[in-house]
Amino acid sequence: MAEHNSATNAADIPSAAQHDAPDIIQVEGMHKWYGEFHVLRDLNLSVRRGERIVICGPSGSGKSTFIRCINRLEEHQQGKIIVDGVELTDDVRQIDSVRREVGMVFQHFNLFPHLTVLENCCLAPVWVRKVPRKEAEQTAMEYLERVKIPDQAHKYPGQLSGGQQQRVAIARALCMKPKIMLFDEPTSALDPEMIKEVLDVMIELAGSGMTMLCVTHEMGFAKTVADRVIFMDGGEIVEQGPPKAFFSNPREPRTQKFLEQILQH
Amino acid sequence: MGGSVMKPPVSRLAPVQWIRQNLFSTWYNTLLTLAVGWLLVTSVVPVFDWLIFGATFSGDGPGDCVGKGACWLFINQRLNFFIYGFYPDAEQWRVDIMFALLALSFVPQFIDRFPGRTWFGLFGLTGLPLCGYILIPGGWFGLEPVDSSKWGGLMLTLVIAYVGIIASLPIGVLLALGRRSEMPIIRGLCIVFIEVWRAVPLITVLFMASVMLPLFLPEGMNFEKLLRALIGITLWQSAYMAEVIRGGLQAIPRGQYEAASALGLGYWRRMGLVILPQALKLVIPGIVNTFIALFKDTTLVLIIGLFDVLGAVQSTVTDPAWQNVATEGYVFVAFCFWVFCFGISRYSQNLERKLDTGHKT
Repeated sequence: MAEHNSATNAADIPSAAQHDAPDIIQVEGMHKWYGEFHVLRDLNLSVRRGERIVICGPSGSGKSTFIRCINRLEEHQQGKIIVDGVELTDDVRQIDSVRREVGMVFQHFNLFPHLTVLENCCLAPVWVRKVPRKEAEQTAMEYLERVKIPDQAHKYPGQLSGGQQQRVAIARALCMKPKIMLFDEPTSALDPEMIKEVLDVMIELAGSGMTMLCVTHEMGFAKTVADRVIFMDGGEIVEQGPPKAFFSNPREPRTQKFLEQILQH
Repeated sequence: MGGSVMKPPVSRLAPVQWIRQNLFSTWYNTLLTLAVGWLLVTSVVPVFDWLIFGATFSGDGPGDCVGKGACWLFINQRLNFFIYGFYPDAEQWRVDIMFALLALSFVPQFIDRFPGRTWFGLFGLTGLPLCGYILIPGGWFGLEPVDSSKWGGLMLTLVIAYVGIIASLPIGVLLALGRRSEMPIIRGLCIVFIEVWRAVPLITVLFMASVMLPLFLPEGMNFEKLLRALIGITLWQSAYMAEVIRGGLQAIPRGQYEAASALGLGYWRRMGLVILPQALKLVIPGIVNTFIALFKDTTLVLIIGLFDVLGAVQSTVTDPAWQNVATEGYVFVAFCFWVFCFGISRYSQNLERKLDTGHKT
């Protein structure tokens, strides 16, 4: 797979992971079933504050389902998920309090088509965080500038290109000032020439010390920004490690096969 | 061609060319055009003769209707009854105010550049029913009470239709949300409500409300026939409305629900700010269809003895003083209904155009 990153090597972005602070995400012995189908098997993961994790794996390996469990878009049936000290249970208030602190970027952007770009960005801060509208708009414009589309603020999502929409989606999530950002295949629905503009924004974000969990097939991105790469297959975490070791000498045969397939061309 | 701007080819024809190309291109097309033209002329001319050229518009009484055309004099003389029913003459200004407010709320909606027209529309949905509640029955602020049995004509039609429309939309939204709820009891109740009310003809609902309901109510606890009819129509209508809106809710992609959830919006905000604005916009044609159907169904109140515009006309065309005025009466009723239903339809198209944000993802 082509490397779209503007950054040239892994040393570009120093790790921001904090070793002394308590883990911001803890997943312990987590299982999930869809009906009879066992999608996630005994997942264990600790994420440090400021850590950047890339999750990869073949399609159907459960990687998207896994990160969707972290803000409870999917429900897990067994085990524990603790996000910033709050355990995810059936309690709606706890779920909403976790969701306030966890931003998410989707494969298909999921912008609200009936609202302008600016309104998309202000909606949650105004209604959830109770930020005054003026202030929310100011913050939104700052983030739109950061993702380099302040001039599109008053357009509707339907008038933007895929890459622009995805950058708005990132800005929208950031406007809530989340502690964690989840990316669910953020570049998979984009035309090749638009992938770079989105990855550039994500790389810039990584440099700011945000805790990031990213499901992606962009191995160049993983090499540049990840502190840790996790390989999933068949609903399990097969292997994980720092990108250098992960890409240069993967231990598990399944990982080797996967990397061969995607790095071939 | 380097650098020059290419224009799309012009495809519009001059009228004469268009006629020649489309109506008289071959001998049989010419024949068809002439035949259809002849039919149109021979059928339209008598209609206009009857409606306008040979019609009687003014005069003193039945004796003046001697022309071959329609006797609009009849409508003219009975107009007061057709519009207000038995509403006392001295109090009719109250109804006139309501007509004026109705026009004030909705006419600006057709003028794109009208300043603050949204506020006029909002008034139509909130202030207008409130004004009607105070003005029409009276009894407040020294207004003389007018019993609802005296209401009638077009005014009664509008009251029933307006209450039915305004009240059924929010109830329909709640029922639609309830039917998609994850809570089994709420979902079950909503399904039962919708399926029961939707499966019953409106005539039956009205009949039950006016005849059977009083039998079950305790002695002395009897409220007005009109109010019972209004409640019946509203509940019946909201069951229909719920299903139309549910169609819209189901058309919203799952990603919209997820994105709203992921931002931490709770259930009501998720629905109110993200899902419903999109869903309602999608089903405007369906909602309007239901409104128009309700508007015309209000004529059924005739069977429980309420005199709406159709009932008022029907009761007067049999007046022996006037001969053969039934056609004029029913044409008038048809015209009244057409004006309002066409108005609703135009307004909805206007709304659709205004709300279009060019997304079809």
